[in-house]
Amino acid sequence: MKRFIGFIQKEFYHILRDRRSLFILFGMPIAQVLLFGFAITNEINNVDIAILDHSKDATTKEIIAKIAASEYFSIKQIIPNEAAIEPAFKKGHIKAVLNFEKDFSKKLITENKATLQILTDATDPNTANTISNYTSSILKNYQQDLNKAAQTSYKIEPKVRLAFNPELKSVFMFVPGVMTVILMLVSAMMTSISITREKELGTMEILLVSPLKPFQVIIGKVVPYILLAVVNAVVIILLSLFVFKMPVEGSLFLLGAESILFIINALSLGILISTLARTQQTAMMVSLMGLMLPVILLSGFIFPISSMPLPLQIISNIIPAKWFIIIIKGIMLKGVGLDFIWKETLILIGMTLFFIAISIKKYKIRLE
Amino acid sequence: MNTKNAIQVENLTKTFGAFTAVNNISFHVGKGEVFGFLGANGAGKTTAMKMLIGILKPSSGNALVANFDIATQADSVKKSIGYMSQRFSLYNDLTIKENITFFGGIYGLNKADIKTKTHALIDDLGLHDEANKLVGALPLGWKQKVAFSVSLLHDPQIIFLDEPTGGVDPITRRQFWEMIYREADKGKTIFVTTHYMDEAEYCNRVSIMVEGKIEALDTPKNLKTTYNADSMDQVFLKLARNLA
Repeated sequence: MKRFIGFIQKEFYHILRDRRSLFILFGMPIAQVLLFGFAITNEINNVDIAILDHSKDATTKEIIAKIAASEYFSIKQIIPNEAAIEPAFKKGHIKAVLNFEKDFSKKLITENKATLQILTDATDPNTANTISNYTSSILKNYQQDLNKAAQTSYKIEPKVRLAFNPELKSVFMFVPGVMTVILMLVSAMMTSISITREKELGTMEILLVSPLKPFQVIIGKVVPYILLAVVNAVVIILLSLFVFKMPVEGSLFLLGAESILFIINALSLGILISTLARTQQTAMMVSLMGLMLPVILLSGFIFPISSMPLPLQIISNIIPAKWFIIIIKGIMLKGVGLDFIWKETLILIGMTLFFIAISIKKYKIRLE
Repeated sequence: MNTKNAIQVENLTKTFGAFTAVNNISFHVGKGEVFGFLGANGAGKTTAMKMLIGILKPSSGNALVANFDIATQADSVKKSIGYMSQRFSLYNDLTIKENITFFGGIYGLNKADIKTKTHALIDDLGLHDEANKLVGALPLGWKQKVAFSVSLLHDPQIIFLDEPTGGVDPITRRQFWEMIYREADKGKTIFVTTHYMDEAEYCNRVSIMVEGKIEALDTPKNLKTTYNADSMDQVFLKLARNLA
């Protein structure tokens, strides 16, 4: 244990004395969270929605048909009652629910006014915004047709309600993404660089000649980065809580546990890279091109996966970050528990074990 | 096997695919001996040495280092040897004191021991002013002296030096060899590879490796007589030419 503490202390000397890594470790997270605090817009099509129809009359059927006919939406589900709305959202399949009030037709004729509630999942604020705009305009269209035919002024009132992110802040969408990128960067890139640096300088040989076992050397190199990544996760969460007033709806404990799982996943990737790369430059390029770009572009961090071409959608499945973003969005914005994200959690655990297994195999080959 | 020897090597072979890096070599190194392990680049010196220090498994043959089998008791071998590499062995971004603390720590020395050894080492080398400076700021010759002293921290019986004086000026090389002799006088065994043929003359015995095999092994004096040469340099050239 004493040897181990000495090893970690030495690792911290390396990190603290290298301005470049210090900047990557502590400057980047803050800069990125602040930068991405501002929105980026994107488009939608074929969004999955659900219908909750309390009246089931001619008018609502016509409106539903009109919506179904549009290229923006596809109706995935018919919901029986209010209680079923939340579970439908939490499953994550649908992005909006159209809730027609009771006696829609009757009210429209007798009172000249009926209400349609548009509920959207605003964990993805841009999509939510677009959905409510598009729905409202379809309704307006229908209303105009109706008025022309009847010569009276019927009014359908769309009431938009945003679930999960009522203030529609896009920063709420970016914080999970930035956290994912930072944890990936710190864990995978920094560890792979720090391990290959020892190889490059020849000090790895000295460590292997010492009585330390190879796995002790690797764990000793990795532990400081687990600590730093945890510090970073905490900093990002604190920033989002106090600077952007972002809520954490779900359990903080679960959020912490899932973050540590993702950190370990990224670290095992870093170790894998370092067993393959001979130099720091290679390790850095592989980390940047092979990890950072997919994490930023294909994980659903900036561009919704549902709007990607099919091949990219398939590729996105092998990116651990995609699953982690689903998990933390679920915990932070929807407040879901493990019962809703167990599948994603299992996928992350599986990937981690896979990376560790390959690393061990590669590492052994190198020592033969 | 003869247990009086510090290193006992029998029919040691290492192949990488179809390439035989070390071809059936056998030799021994006595306790307290300064043994020079010579050969051109690519002759298999480094591969042979890596097997002896327990970081490379032999393909066949066996060897005892400090009476431990390198194939099955690598952990015990590692505890009994010191190693200094041709590439720099210390961390440049740590101070001399921090390097000593770190390497002392990974060899399992306790705090009090590390403290005593640190003082002794700094006194020996006269580095009081530099003790808290980063190693990266020291001249190469000094770094190598510190690295050598650090490899002795855990009091190993055998010290492996892989081209320890590469790139160092002649005066510092001379001082370095004085340090090596001091350790040999204390009964430690020194196993050293070098490119400098004048350094070969400082060794008790030398072996010369050519293309994976040991082609000559004797005292420098006997080698010069056998090959009818004035210097080790000539011995080396003759050996290399004959076989080319």
